[in-house]
Amino acid sequence: MHALEKILARAAGREEVITGEIVNCAVDLAGINDLYLQTLRSFAEMGGRKVHDPQKVVMFLDHFAPASTITQADNQKQFREFCWEQGIDLLMDINEGVCHQILADKRLVRPGMLVVVTDSHTTTHGAFGAFGTGVGATDLAIILITGQLWFRVPEVIRIHLEGTIGKGVFAKDIILKVIGTLGADYGVYRAVEFTGPVLDRLGVSERMTLCNMTTEMGAKTAYIQPDPVTFEFLEDKLELDSPVLTTDPGYRYAAVHTFDVTGLKPQVAAPHSVDNVSDIAEYLGRPINQAFLGTCTGGRVEDLAVAARILKGRRINPRTRFVVVPASKGVFLEAMAKGYIQTLVEAGATFVTPSCAACLGTHQGILAPGETCITASSRNFPGRMGHAEAEIFVASPASVAAAALEGKIADPVQYLV
Amino acid sequence: MNGIIKGRAFVYGANIDTDQIYPGGYLDLTDPELVARHAMERVDPDFAKEVKPGDMIVAGANFGCGSSREHAAVTLKASGIAAVLAESFARIFYRNAINLGLPLLVCPGIAKLVKRGDMLSVDLTEGKVIDQTTGASVTAQPLSAYVMAILGNGGVKPMIRKQRGLLEEE
Repeated sequence: MHALEKILARAAGREEVITGEIVNCAVDLAGINDLYLQTLRSFAEMGGRKVHDPQKVVMFLDHFAPASTITQADNQKQFREFCWEQGIDLLMDINEGVCHQILADKRLVRPGMLVVVTDSHTTTHGAFGAFGTGVGATDLAIILITGQLWFRVPEVIRIHLEGTIGKGVFAKDIILKVIGTLGADYGVYRAVEFTGPVLDRLGVSERMTLCNMTTEMGAKTAYIQPDPVTFEFLEDKLELDSPVLTTDPGYRYAAVHTFDVTGLKPQVAAPHSVDNVSDIAEYLGRPINQAFLGTCTGGRVEDLAVAARILKGRRINPRTRFVVVPASKGVFLEAMAKGYIQTLVEAGATFVTPSCAACLGTHQGILAPGETCITASSRNFPGRMGHAEAEIFVASPASVAAAALEGKIADPVQYLV
Repeated sequence: MNGIIKGRAFVYGANIDTDQIYPGGYLDLTDPELVARHAMERVDPDFAKEVKPGDMIVAGANFGCGSSREHAAVTLKASGIAAVLAESFARIFYRNAINLGLPLLVCPGIAKLVKRGDMLSVDLTEGKVIDQTTGASVTAQPLSAYVMAILGNGGVKPMIRKQRGLLEEE
């Protein structure tokens, strides 16, 4: 069995599971976000009265943080009241940040856990050796009532990363290359595991970016086998309490793809799909109205650090807005202590409170018709960040900062040598 | 989940994501009637005006990719869409739609076969899709027994209520 299958088997109370079968699993951690009041509606519609295990539920008020409309405010009010009534202590209110970063910061995800959140980017937690997967509101309501949910045991695709990463090239560039090569639907219903010597040189932040973006190839979940990098991060605050599961020798992957990152240049996904990927060199000079740095994909301390390095002592182009959103309170505090916030504000950045912000086009950095944005977030679908006639380029945080500086798409490598 | 449904086809391409099906700016809405007003807004601004109960969506690969928003399934169901026929579906959208009792059929090659406005007849049990306008036909991949059980119960909510011994009249 694959380690991911062992996670499902444990959660299903079984010795083993078989690829393709449907199993009912006890969920170790269930997260709800504030976009989905339907979760509470479905809970009531299915006759839910008491949450099965409130200690295993986390409520995130992150997508509308803070509320911009009366409806958003009322939804958040209902979520808070639900948490208070049901004894859900892990209420992450509007001052905490984006769900996936909070789970990492608070070390709430451990290797071997089954983590389900009403958010597609729950694949992020593969960075910690967990089975993280996104569901909709009604599925989450079923977990609230029963503590369980059905899953189809997925085939696993292995992405083997070899070679040496060049200057100005990051995990975001690697995963864009992978998605561009394999396609936006390559991973549908399947899991993606990353292996190979490149992982030894990627910290938890970059591993989270790799796993996070597997959603953009349709993956059900992602996985990186926990190693000393994982344990160092996790043992920082808590004793490691979960047994670490490993994949059996001889496990048959559905497919294995090897990528040699040596010589890889900064990548960009051009409008309007995440698999429309090429070297950033193809688009150098394209004028940029807004550069967006943030989210569960690209708003971590390391991301703000590289932006600060590029912009230290410089000013952004006066025709470009540079919207920066730390992914969480923890990220915000650490970036402040390290001086990155000061550097970025002095360079001309517009700061937004830790949240999902403009990534999903609800508020705080919406694009006008005909505008062009370069983003460290995950998606460039038509209308994703505002008007359907706005154009979105997805790139690494370094490429975003370089574009903010020059007012046009630029190669970040020149600022990082 | 029995019988044959008939309706007009609305035809779209590949990788129709949930932001196109239901834009992020309206995610604070929950009432299905309000949610239905914005159906397919980013890919087909006329859809909400033109759709009639029983109509179907036909699409290429990876329909419903992107966000986990159940709104994407709610907006189609509340618009009267009777089924979605696509080359393939993104997994969260698939779960959300089946949970609501909205049948999704994986139909290889269908996007090239059907034109907008064609009258379709779909036998949900047999998986047989006939384009009555052109006479073309496609056979859908069979649904899993678990999915059939959810659809047979009219969606996951009635199924869970039944499993928990709650009467629908309650």
